[in-house]
Order: sequence, then C-alpha cells, then structure tokens
Amino acid sequence: MTLSRRTRWILGIISAGVLVFIYFPLVVVVINSFNASKVFSWPPTSWTLEWWQKAATNEGVRAALVTSLKAGLGATTIAILLGAMISFAVSRYRFFGRETISFVVILPIALPGIITGIALNSAFNTVLVPLGITFGLFTVILGHATFCIVVVFNNVLARLRRTGTNLEEAAMDLGAGPFQTFRDVTFPAVRSALVAGALLAFALSFDEIVVTTFTSGPGIETLPQWIFNNLFRPNQGPIINAVAAALLVAFILPVYLAMRMSDAPGAVTQVGAEP
Amino acid sequence: MSASSTLIATDPSGGPSRSASRFLYRHPRVRLAGLLTAPLLWLVVLYLGSLLVMIVAAFWSTDSFTGTLIKEPTLDNFKTLLHDPVYRTVALRTLGIAVSVTVIDMVLAVPIAFMAAKVVRSRRVRYAIVIAVTMPLWAGYLVKGYAMQTMFINNGVIDWMLAPFGLKGPGLGLLATILSLAYLWLPYMVLPVYAGLERLPDSLLEASADLGAPAGHTFRAVVVPLLVPSLVAGSIFTFSLTLGDYIMVKIVGGTTQMWSNIIYDNVGVANNLPLAAAAAFFPIIVIVGYLLAVRRTGALENL
Repeated sequence: MTLSRRTRWILGIISAGVLVFIYFPLVVVVINSFNASKVFSWPPTSWTLEWWQKAATNEGVRAALVTSLKAGLGATTIAILLGAMISFAVSRYRFFGRETISFVVILPIALPGIITGIALNSAFNTVLVPLGITFGLFTVILGHATFCIVVVFNNVLARLRRTGTNLEEAAMDLGAGPFQTFRDVTFPAVRSALVAGALLAFALSFDEIVVTTFTSGPGIETLPQWIFNNLFRPNQGPIINAVAAALLVAFILPVYLAMRMSDAPGAVTQVGAEP
Repeated sequence: MSASSTLIATDPSGGPSRSASRFLYRHPRVRLAGLLTAPLLWLVVLYLGSLLVMIVAAFWSTDSFTGTLIKEPTLDNFKTLLHDPVYRTVALRTLGIAVSVTVIDMVLAVPIAFMAAKVVRSRRVRYAIVIAVTMPLWAGYLVKGYAMQTMFINNGVIDWMLAPFGLKGPGLGLLATILSLAYLWLPYMVLPVYAGLERLPDSLLEASADLGAPAGHTFRAVVVPLLVPSLVAGSIFTFSLTLGDYIMVKIVGGTTQMWSNIIYDNVGVANNLPLAAAAAFFPIIVIVGYLLAVRRTGALENL
C-alpha cells in the first residue's frame, strides 16, 4: 500500500509507543530492584545490591525455586512424551475422531485456568485422596502436564506436516524397520521442534499459578505462589522486586532460544490449531 | 507409511528387535494404539473426567454446618447465582472488563502489526518487531502483575509521570485492572493480526490504490474486512483469558471483584465447591457460545 510519508511516521510513532508500553513497566521493575529504599518509592534516590543478595539467600525463595524446577521438569517430561505421541498419531495416521483429538489437546489451555484447576481439584479429591495420594508435588505435576501437552503437540505437529513422509518411505524402501527409521530419520527431523516445545512447556509450567493453587497441597509452594503470597505481606516489597527482576532475565533467554529454534518467530506462542 | 506400500524389509538374520520391528511394520493399527493409548488415557480420563466430575458437582450442595458435601441433585446453586443481584453485578462488570480489554488490544495491535507486516521492508526488522512483541508473553504473569502494581499504586510511577502536569493517576481499581489485563494479553492479539496481514496479498492494496482510493479508504474498505477473522481469533484469547482471571484484579484492582473471584472464594474460603462449580458454568457458557458464534467467520482456523 502506498502510504504518505506522514502516515508512515504516524504508524511508526504508534508502534514505538506500543513497544514502550510493553517494555517500560518491565524496565521499571529491573531499575527498582536496585532501589535502596525499604518501602516502595519512585523514583529511586539511592542504590544498593542488598535486595538481590537477600533474594538469593532467602530460604523461602530457594525452596520455592526448587519446587518450581521439579514441577517444571516433571510436567515437561510427561508433556514431551504425550505431546509427541499424539502429534505422530495425528500427522501419520487416519482414524476415527482425529479432528476431535486436536480439540481435546487444546481444551486445557483454552478453558480458563480456574476451571481446569477446580475440575482437577474435585477429581483428585474424589479419586486420588481415597487411594491415599494426597495433594502435593505429584498432583501439581499432573495438573501442569495437562496444559503443557499442547505446546509440544503444536510444535512437533507443524514440523511433521512440513517434513512429510518421503524420507521415511525412502528409509523403509532401503530396508530400515520402524525403529531404525525413527532413530535415524524421523527423530533428527523433529529434534529441534521437540526442544522448542519442551522449553515452552517448561516456561508455561514455571509461570503457572492458577492450576497450581488448586492442585498443590500443604508445604508445596512454587515460585509464582511465593511471589503472590508475599505481595500481601508487609516489608517484602524489595525482595519480591529483586526476584521479579531475576525472573525477567531468566525467562527472556530460554524463550529467545526457543524462538530461534522454532519454525516461525510467532509460532511458539500460537497455542491454537495447526497453522 | 501405509501397510500396503512396497516391499517389506526382509532380513532373515533378525533378532527379537528385528521381529518386533517387522510385527509393527505389518500392523499399523498396533502402532497407532501404542501411540494413542497413554495420551488419550491422560486427556480423556484424567482431564475430561475431571471436567465431568466438576459439572456433576455443580448439582450437589454442602451442609451449612459441617461443610460436608451432600451428593443429591439440586438446582439451588444456579438459583442462588441467578437471583442474587450481587452476582449479576459482578457478571456484568466482568463482561464489561472483557469487552474493554479486547477493544483496547485491537486498537493497539492493528497499527504495530500493520507496521511489521506491510510497511517495514526488511525481514530482519519485521521479525525483530514480532519477537519484541511476543517475548514479554513469557516474562512471567506475576512479574508483570507486580510491574503493573508499581505503575498504578498510589505515588507509583504513573503518579510520578503525571505530577509535572498537576495530574494524578487512576490508582488501583477498575481502570487499573482493565489496563493491566490489556497489557497482559496484547501479544495474543498482535500475533493473529500480524499473521492475517502477512497473508493479505499486496496486489489487493495496489489494485485499490490504482483505482484511486486513498490509503485511509483502502484500509477501511479492503484491509479491515479481510482482517475480521484475525481480530476475532485474537479476541478469543483476550476475551476468555479475561473472563477466567482472578489474580490480576487482586493485585491491581483494589476491592474490585471479578467473576472468577467468586469461583475462587467458594473453593477456598467458603469451602462451597458445588457453588464454585456452578459459577464455573458462566465462563464456560460464554466462551463456548462465543466460539460457536464466531465459528463461521473462519476465526478458529486463525488461532
């Protein structure tokens, strides 16, 4: 579209404004983590590294971080296995209800977290608790894995559709069995999509709070839960701020890597149907 | 990879793995069952089963003294939610917030997506814009919630920015909730709009210009109508994510309540799971109704 110079400028300024709107609050959090004031104050008048130190040595933060890592690793492992299996089934076979499966995979993330949360909560209460399995890390992993499957599924499915079956058929014509074909042909083709899906599943789990609230038990606190609980406690502001700033840095890197490895820069966040 | 295709690998010197291989090759249905059993058990039994338990629980009640579940079917929970005016106010407020958030995100998303997809020529810059918009999606919900709190809180960053003009920010409350949710979900709107614009052929825009339409007219008459499915796709996210949210309003909303706070409070504090399950019907009905209504715009293929 031929746009006048003026229209281009206006569009450019609005776009820049939107980017400022997105990043300015995040930059404020990072800057404020070096603010020496013990209570919230803006702008900062003196600087310190005290809050970063306190956050790094805080027992609650450390325990929550370990819990979050365990939950993330557990959920990601399950999501990789189940997500990859469904994407292979959907892309390589025809069967009754194939379209419905994509819908069921997306449902846990399409419905609000609070609904998935109370659904799992009441099901665990009805089924698991009578069996002697109480709410704890295990139930959190079950909950997280349920909504993480979709990101692995979407990434691997897109890759499988794009690569097609020619190479696999060639391998089999040359005498390779299903196992060897998978090991030498299929797996290398989907490896980076699996990694991208896994990183995103981990990020999704690491950030989750709603389903966590409804599936965790006494003594289990993930990092987002720690932040949320401390937001309403007095005198915790500066430490939360340092934790938040650290998380910003820790999140941006793996996601940037996932975007580099994925097929399209936006695809990794598209949780919906296949492209 | 159909069973009928071509030669079968015949290596007579096969061990057990070789014969397992051969068996699997000849029985694609067995391979399929092997792939699907575990995921389907998980999603259908664990997840859909859970949803079913919740739906059934909506028709139960709790003993008001002991708090134990009474598993006899009743419509009392739905009657309470329909007849109590407090619930009606919260439901309307929540819908209003969801609509406002969606409109704000559309207004912010279209210019930057248009800039990236149709104005910028360099591929690198184009990807850089898309990544810049997408990245904060993973910056952490609570981190962004905390960031928004520092913006809106009394004597916070917005108050500080407005002070030179003798103004004061809106503080924590309804407006802060709407803006914070719009902030959170903006990437979900930008991405489908960007994808829709990228698919839009430049030749259509050129044809419109050749026929004498000024840029503004081309935008209204050509771009916007073709962009409707993408906008609807984005609105599915902004709308349903807002309907389900109860955390942001606790962080930046002051005393404001949204519908999901009712669900949350009844599971936790009030220990009335049946009422919470009944309340969960409202977002489900609205979201499913919305999905059905927009299905024919083709938006679901744009998710």
